[in-house]
Amino acid sequence: MTTSPGWLGRELESRGVTRRDFITFCSAMAGVLALPRSASGAIAAALEKAQKPILVWLEFQDCAGNTESFLRSSRPTVADIVLETLSVDYHETIMAAAGRRAEEALRGVVQKKRGQYIAVVEGSIPTGADGGYCTIGGRSAQQIAAEVCGGAAATIAIGTCAAFGGLPAAAPNPTAALSVADAVPAAKNVINLPACPANAENLTALITYYLTFKRWPPLDADGRPLFAYGKSIHDNCERRAHFDAGQYVENWGDEGHRSGYCLYKMGCKGPVAFQNCPVVRWNDGTNWPIGCGHPCVGCSERAFWDRMTPFYQHLPGVPGFGVASDIDKAGAVLAIGTAVAFAGHGLVQLGRRTLFKKVVVRGDPGEKAKKPHERKEGVAP
Amino acid sequence: MTRVVVDPVTRIEGHLRIEAEVDGGRVRDAWSSATMFRGIEIILQDRDPRDAWVFTQRICGVCTTVHAIASIRAVENAIGARPPPNARILRNLIMAAQAVQDHVVHFYHLHALDWVDVVSALQADPAKTSTLAQSISDWMLSSSKYFAGVKARLKAFVDQGQLGPFANAYWGHPAYKLPPEANLLAVAHYLEALDWQREFIQMHAVLGGKNPHLQSFLVGGMATPVDPDKQASINAGTLARMRKLVAKGQEFVSKVYIPDLFAIASFYKDWAGHGRGVGNYLAYGEFPEGDGDQPTLFVPAGVVRNADLTKLERFDPARITESVKHSWYDYVGGDDLPLHPSKGETRPHYTGPKPPYERLDTGAKYSWLKSPRYDGEPMEVGPLARTLVAYASGRPRQKQLVDAALAKLGVGPPALFSTLGRVAARGIETQLLVEKMGDWIDELADSIGRGDLRIHDNEKWDPKTWPQEAYGAGFHEAPRGALGHWVHVKDGRIANYQCVVPSTWNGGPRDASNKRGPYEAALIDTPVADATQPVEILRTVHSFDPCMACGVHVVDAAKREIARVRVV
Repeated sequence: MTTSPGWLGRELESRGVTRRDFITFCSAMAGVLALPRSASGAIAAALEKAQKPILVWLEFQDCAGNTESFLRSSRPTVADIVLETLSVDYHETIMAAAGRRAEEALRGVVQKKRGQYIAVVEGSIPTGADGGYCTIGGRSAQQIAAEVCGGAAATIAIGTCAAFGGLPAAAPNPTAALSVADAVPAAKNVINLPACPANAENLTALITYYLTFKRWPPLDADGRPLFAYGKSIHDNCERRAHFDAGQYVENWGDEGHRSGYCLYKMGCKGPVAFQNCPVVRWNDGTNWPIGCGHPCVGCSERAFWDRMTPFYQHLPGVPGFGVASDIDKAGAVLAIGTAVAFAGHGLVQLGRRTLFKKVVVRGDPGEKAKKPHERKEGVAP
Repeated sequence: MTRVVVDPVTRIEGHLRIEAEVDGGRVRDAWSSATMFRGIEIILQDRDPRDAWVFTQRICGVCTTVHAIASIRAVENAIGARPPPNARILRNLIMAAQAVQDHVVHFYHLHALDWVDVVSALQADPAKTSTLAQSISDWMLSSSKYFAGVKARLKAFVDQGQLGPFANAYWGHPAYKLPPEANLLAVAHYLEALDWQREFIQMHAVLGGKNPHLQSFLVGGMATPVDPDKQASINAGTLARMRKLVAKGQEFVSKVYIPDLFAIASFYKDWAGHGRGVGNYLAYGEFPEGDGDQPTLFVPAGVVRNADLTKLERFDPARITESVKHSWYDYVGGDDLPLHPSKGETRPHYTGPKPPYERLDTGAKYSWLKSPRYDGEPMEVGPLARTLVAYASGRPRQKQLVDAALAKLGVGPPALFSTLGRVAARGIETQLLVEKMGDWIDELADSIGRGDLRIHDNEKWDPKTWPQEAYGAGFHEAPRGALGHWVHVKDGRIANYQCVVPSTWNGGPRDASNKRGPYEAALIDTPVADATQPVEILRTVHSFDPCMACGVHVVDAAKREIARVRVV
């Protein structure tokens, strides 16, 4: 991560970005990071002095959804600059070079910038068929990941596939797919940014956090930054009042659905999904899944393809109740239901605040392959 | 003979490897290999069919709507659910927005760098660039000051010495023909298109909560309520926002994308003579304009063979088969017998070299893609296939757009069967769809205005209302071409699931009769000036807009025990 200090200030100036735009961006970033507005000055100062980091973006068993999400990053002008100016030296979906020339670019970073670059990994890593389920340039995903992530200052596992194995690892995990942390035990500073796809605003915020504070943020027991995954969807949901009031959608397109009532009975997993969707929203803050009338599917959670399905079956342990019900009692019932849902999957530590230092929990990589039909039991343990 | 290997093929979705024999400056033979497999159909086995679209949608995050649409249609077809008119219109808008955004991104961000030399743009005179821009379009951002700013931005970027995603490419290659001014114009629009796509796709957030991976589909309809009197529904305000996005989309397509396409194409007319491919074209048709079993389709279905536009055949799904002779799968009855997808049996069996490897054994099995065939023949699918089928069926607007494009480039209809033809057809289709979207918004507004607030067929939501056993097929025209899903529902669960997708049609390997797939056929005779810098191979492969993750996943769920691999 070289070049002279102050690159960002010069970049911004050369691209016609005003000081005011920049401060506005820093304030917005402070918001995403759940910092007080007063922090925007510190962010601005840090960014202007930051050195230009190199980023390489690897794609394995992926759908490029996180790449596309990255392209949709909102607050476009300045966020784009911050990301663009990271020097994205390898990213197959956007890079001009192909074949050998592309491989040379990656090799150049790995050999010359060892311990200095940031790796972003999208997609899970298959370990079956001797690596034959995913090869790039004749090398297996696992070989490439071991080399690139092994030499990175930090690895950001973007999307649920890279963070937790995701869809390829869903039962019965046909290709023996693993998360980055499981496939490359030697990788340092693995940060999980799950969701399907991850929200680009959280990637931007993570990188800004690093450039600002020179360290990576505190993570939860699943390796996720607390600033983005510290609260449940349910706690921040704009429809929460309808839940508390016992106003539910009963059928698609009914009066309650059209009125924006709670989607709990239609299968919403908001109470057991931890992410900042309701606050940050998607596509320039345009909307989010619950906002458009569909339940949350819990895509930020480990093994959600097995634990959160069937998607349209409602969570256990949360009875319907009306306005007259005792809200505290109802809340307690919900908390128990949630705890039960998590306890069954060993995730009771979700809320634990753990400072950054290799906190990624390594589940049993073979667990999913050994329990192919867990999903039949639904969300309940 | 020189063996040229391009792996990774970049600026595509997914993992593609091309091996080619080059001799005398031409490609003599070529092999297309997909190098990634996930097994999504195995994973779908035994799940709730109403969940399937969420799974299949993740086949691809670029064409993020297409496998959701095909899946809900397949399940609806199996269980007899009938989505109401509002759901049909909402789906049409979502599909059209996907195609328009995807095609623009393909042109500027995935394909343009094969034709546009970014470094050459540094030599451009901004005043001349401005003159060029104003001669082809009245798009507002065209002053010499504007282009001077873009050039300065580019120069600052290059001077830093960190070229990022533009590093190590084939800049300066003699196959780049654009003058510096045209290169600068294209670089400016590359950057503008990045912003434009981000804004235009807000349409998907309005109608689907987010993009990528919209979350508003339902078997039997849509989850997006409509009600003129409700804040939480699609109402007059939402419709107004959609109209504004469509108007901006129309402006960008007609004033930037289409003029750029023709300006760039005029320097590369020789590419109307390269990349012909198999010459057979297949379209399933799309955009139902009515309800019921046989609605009129805005983009028609049909088959054109041997590049003969005077004969149009009806599409018959029963004629589709898939071969695994050169694919890393086994058939129980032997690999020489191709099978229809409804009876498909695919068991993954990797027999390729153990990585790391230098070469594939292309005489044996060499790809994770299967080889779909129609009447035993390889078929090209995608914008060119759809445009040719519409042209052959005499659709007036498509015919008008195609004839105008040919006249503008001063070439005849045979020029369509080429690398350049694919690029042009994609632009023509984008224009067709973006100008149609306003009609669908009107139709939705009329429907809501008449008091029809239905978005879903609630009658078939409960699995208890389904037949004990049912088969269904769902067809869709994805941006990259004809897509089909086949589902077998039994006792309320998925008993089998199959997908035959566009990039399998186009990118598949040789079949049991050793017939090449469309990528492979299109590469034959492609000129290669320098075997160490095969930019020409990229031009033809990219003209198909490869989307490899879509292609590699077809598995017979019933045979999954054989495929299961346990982690030790």
